[in-house]
Amino acid sequence: MTQYLIRRILISIPTLIAISIVIFTILALAPGDPLAEFAMNPAVPPEVRQRIRKSMGLDDPIPVRYVKWASSMLRGDFGYSFRSKSPVIDLIRQRLPTTLYVIGTAYLVSVLIAIPVGVLSAIRQYSIFDNVATTLAFIGFSLPTFVTGILFILLFSVKLGWLPMIYRTTIETEGLAGLWEKIKQALMPIMVLGLFETAALTRYTRAAMLETIHQDYVRTARAKGLSERTVIIRHAMRNALIPVVTIVALSIPGIFTGAVITEQIFRVPGMGSLLISAIRDNDTPVIMAITIIFSALVVLFNLIADILYGVLDPRIKYE
Amino acid sequence: MSEVTEQRRLKTPAGAVGMAVTLPARKPRSLWSDAWRQFRHHRLAVAGSFVLLFMVIATIVGPFLWPIPWNHFDMAEALQGPSLRHPFGTSDLGHDIFARILWGGRISIAVGVVAMLVAVILGTLIRAVSGYFGGFLDSLLMRMTDMFISIPSLPLLLLITYLFQDRMKAMFGIELGMFLLIVLVIGGLNWMPVARLVRASFLSLKQKEFVEAAHCIGVGTGGIIFRHILPNTLSPVIVAATLGVAQAIITESALSFLGLGFPPDIPTWGRMLYDGINWIEFAPWMVLFPGGAIFLTVLSINYVGDGLRDALDPRRMFAV
Amino acid sequence: MRRGIPDGGDELGATREEGVPVDELKQLEAAARAGQLSRREVLKRAAALGLSAPVIASLLAACARPQATPTTAPAAQTPAPTTPAPAASPTPAAAASPTPAAGKRGEGGLVKLLWWQAPTILNPHLAQGTKDFDASRIVMEPLADVNDAGELVPILAEEIPSVENGGVAKDAKSVTWKLKRNVKWSDGTPFTSKDVKFTYEYVINEATTATTMGNYQVIESIETPDDYTVVIKFKNPNPAWMNVFVGPYGMILPEHVLRDYVGEKARNAPFNLNPIGTGPYKVKEFRPGDVVVYEINENYREPDKPYFAQVEMKGGGDATTAARAVLQTGEVDYAWNLQVEATVLDQLEKAGVGVVEVIEGVSVERILINMTDPRKEVDGERSKLGVPHPWQSDLRVRQAYALACQRDVIANTLYGRGGKATSNILVAPERFVSKNTSWKFDLNEAAKLLDEAGWTKGPDGVRQKDGVRMEIVYQTTINPVRQKTQEIIKNAFEQLGIKVELKSIEASVFFSSDPGNPDTAAHFYADIEMFTNGPSSVYPIDYMISWYGKEDNIAQKANNWSGNNYERWQNEEYDKLFEQAQIELDPKKQEELFIKMNDLVVNNVVVIPLVHRNSVSGRKKDLTGLELSRWTDETWNIANWRRSS
Repeated sequence: MTQYLIRRILISIPTLIAISIVIFTILALAPGDPLAEFAMNPAVPPEVRQRIRKSMGLDDPIPVRYVKWASSMLRGDFGYSFRSKSPVIDLIRQRLPTTLYVIGTAYLVSVLIAIPVGVLSAIRQYSIFDNVATTLAFIGFSLPTFVTGILFILLFSVKLGWLPMIYRTTIETEGLAGLWEKIKQALMPIMVLGLFETAALTRYTRAAMLETIHQDYVRTARAKGLSERTVIIRHAMRNALIPVVTIVALSIPGIFTGAVITEQIFRVPGMGSLLISAIRDNDTPVIMAITIIFSALVVLFNLIADILYGVLDPRIKYE
Repeated sequence: MSEVTEQRRLKTPAGAVGMAVTLPARKPRSLWSDAWRQFRHHRLAVAGSFVLLFMVIATIVGPFLWPIPWNHFDMAEALQGPSLRHPFGTSDLGHDIFARILWGGRISIAVGVVAMLVAVILGTLIRAVSGYFGGFLDSLLMRMTDMFISIPSLPLLLLITYLFQDRMKAMFGIELGMFLLIVLVIGGLNWMPVARLVRASFLSLKQKEFVEAAHCIGVGTGGIIFRHILPNTLSPVIVAATLGVAQAIITESALSFLGLGFPPDIPTWGRMLYDGINWIEFAPWMVLFPGGAIFLTVLSINYVGDGLRDALDPRRMFAV
Repeated sequence: MRRGIPDGGDELGATREEGVPVDELKQLEAAARAGQLSRREVLKRAAALGLSAPVIASLLAACARPQATPTTAPAAQTPAPTTPAPAASPTPAAAASPTPAAGKRGEGGLVKLLWWQAPTILNPHLAQGTKDFDASRIVMEPLADVNDAGELVPILAEEIPSVENGGVAKDAKSVTWKLKRNVKWSDGTPFTSKDVKFTYEYVINEATTATTMGNYQVIESIETPDDYTVVIKFKNPNPAWMNVFVGPYGMILPEHVLRDYVGEKARNAPFNLNPIGTGPYKVKEFRPGDVVVYEINENYREPDKPYFAQVEMKGGGDATTAARAVLQTGEVDYAWNLQVEATVLDQLEKAGVGVVEVIEGVSVERILINMTDPRKEVDGERSKLGVPHPWQSDLRVRQAYALACQRDVIANTLYGRGGKATSNILVAPERFVSKNTSWKFDLNEAAKLLDEAGWTKGPDGVRQKDGVRMEIVYQTTINPVRQKTQEIIKNAFEQLGIKVELKSIEASVFFSSDPGNPDTAAHFYADIEMFTNGPSSVYPIDYMISWYGKEDNIAQKANNWSGNNYERWQNEEYDKLFEQAQIELDPKKQEELFIKMNDLVVNNVVVIPLVHRNSVSGRKKDLTGLELSRWTDETWNIANWRRSS
């Protein structure tokens, strides 16, 4: 086991390097311009724009640019944003708490709802509960977040006036009132994102449960006279969790990159909006920093998932 | 045919417990016919198939029957609610939304289904291979999956547009070229969850007794993967597939906002939904109908998928 | 000030505003309106000020409409290239805001602004977009700003230089600015002419990579005879002398803070995120890409201003939800650039919480017609100069195109209050606007022209000639309004028998300066393309360069597509007019030149102007004192913003 862990961690180093090369190359080859906004501005003539491009090193050969980036990266320096001229790490630090709070809560809520609902749906397959849950899940999944977001705004902000539609990081109110304000403004983004995530996760949980509750060992457990509760939780769910763990492990790194559309609608200053605006502005240092951290998380959580498989199903061997 | 029926009749009384035991000995043909019988009894699945079939036929035949062409617009008739002339109302330019739903449905359904198939086949194959062989190949393919998960899709899409759009247009014509590009792109970006799901099941399944048994009787590796293990991983794959259709339909609309996709004047459901969102209070039909169309399609595909899975799982009897 | 915003945000708005108290001319006008001065007095004072005839006329017109605005008329000067003041049309903002009477500094509490693009840097000379200028302008100030009428308003300057007061040299090769005394930076250091000179040195240093550099390349040297006098010498006679140190591109930097950050070190300056300025506010907190919080600059020179104690500029999101926040829920006091479908905006405004502010913009949504062949590749480039377009090089075909554009329908249904149909490419300032052009929509006439040109309908309905089919590619950026415009025009073109393929491109790709990217507006590998453009200065010479036909100004491979002329249109007469306008000092002749240039481009149908775009923003009903100006940042007079009770 320890040996397996060490090996996996060692493998992940070249993996990350390979990933960074591929991403860097894609970014370098993809068309776009950090100064596109000034293209039609007579006050910023094309030659000025081209000179600035050059000063950002955008006209250097890709391998040269990569080596430059990688060597400062190894020294722990993520570089400066082309746009705001401030250290990338500061930008990420500013965004991280909000992201974890809003997007993280949404994921947590969706896991907490989806697993019980999915399990119950599977046990009572084709019951009214199951059918309602299925229909709701598919409404949640076929309505993209840009639709649910607007619907929620219309209902809770415009009609009822209960919740603010703009997320503010600058609330200064002290004490409980301030806390309540902070919770209130996060409710809608959490609901919108939570609905979408719950929808998908419920379906996976349900399917996985359906698969296991008809397995022989579950039947055996029942035959032994164990209570239904024990059978479901100890015997069926444990195996059913493998695909669920996979999906959850896949989406946890996603918390870090945030939820672009939801963040955009409610103006939540999370990592997602940072990433997307960096991509639109061709702010390579910011994109690289975020994606590298993200891929490190992907690698890490896949490793965790692989270890969890073994815990859930002892027959799985590490080779 | 009669032999098959006979066989099944013999086995039915054996009940659920017996089934698991007899599974490895079964002939594939009987599995499918058995499946069909089970499927027929799954009411929701049958209903889903009908709705789906209806939608497909409507989108293929409909545009020829409906008098208003999808690209006709008349600003004098803009933003009208549903009426006899325009059963789904009109858009802000005065397009007939019904005509556009019919026409756009062709593209959306085709994109949704084909892109999902691409994703599922790609994901299943990659993971089946890696999950079964394990070791170096597994490691390599898994790193590749990690990489695909990590790549931010927006620049990748811009790059693909930039590199391939004109070539595909030149090779296959605007519409087919774009269609191929889009389904490949969406499929190519969505296979990773499928791959990881299949692999997870594989890790657990390949240690199971029936695989060992198959090994013992000398079934080749390919046979074990495709005949014995893959069918058992179907359940999560079907979920991923049904969700994948919805995702592909929505993603297609997102793509057209990156300039990758069909020319902007071609309506697809996702695009109509996006175009309508600003009007949600004043012309809700602009959102309701495309949204409803996506929902109905995805829901029916889901039930068909559910039915299929139940039908293909020999251990279970359908609940009537 | 022109906007070119990527992300489909590109440039619906131009900017606006005005400055009431500092603008003596305005005060004179206000006094006139208030009926405090008789016509004769107005005439006398105005003449003493050396005002130009049109301005005086407008003042007299103001006399006729008494309004309650108490003030006296101090000395004032107008800039040489002034436009007739908008006598008959006071902006709504001006009407809503009487010259702010003495209120208490900071009594207004917090005012919330919403920009759906978030500022990322607060150093205006390193700005990457309108939002950065707008956010900087709350802290930083130029020598003068430009009000909506196109008149200069002194900010850090004591008065506006003119030929009459000797500020502008007769040969226009130099200009002398007198600066206000007793102005302090927010850290307490006095503001002097050295800061102005330093700003020039900072910007002109190539290693600084200032985006505003283009404006300053005309300067030969700057002299500072004393702490409150700046003499700017130009390389050539410069009728556009007001392009430097004025407006968004002209904000003055503090030498004592930035001295060590010129050149490559510019990007490391803490100043970029926390600027020291002379404006009414200083930065309290800045999160790039999210929000800026400002608090009062205690050293601000006007003791009773600003009214609001704090300003919060939130960024991000999209235009429609921004419109909802100001018009429906009233969560913010002001929202910028509401590019929202006309009908939707009207509906949202009905909620009664906010008001939509519209001012005329400076830019025109237009279709460019490629004079070269985008299909034929010669020496590694398409749309190459000297390879004429198979049919678009024929004027009759281009005229037919223009006749097929239903401009009023596009303007009214898609833009609504956001724009009106136009036949000109130069729509501001007023004095340069041509009255000689017109447009119409007539498919029959268009068809006749195409027949005459020899392009007749084939069996499949597509026009052709000698086996060449009239099939065109029509490209623009991704933006819902543009895609609908494309659809309307495609519909008309196809009725004419011209097959149209629509193409929409990500704005940051379309407007890229990357020579390796074939999808840019400058490469123009399409038959027609559409975007918005307009002048950035009241002397719009830098805008008219777009049609200057000298070889190195034509976008092509040889200059990495950095030329300004995208259509590859060459016309000797235009070139002569343009060269003349670069040095012409006589206002009358300037007008003639610009109008002729406009007419040449329009009559040759090099460009089909579609919509003269307005700038649309939203404010909460009780927010007053705004003076939006199409020539500068919307925040330029934020010290005067108030909340009415």
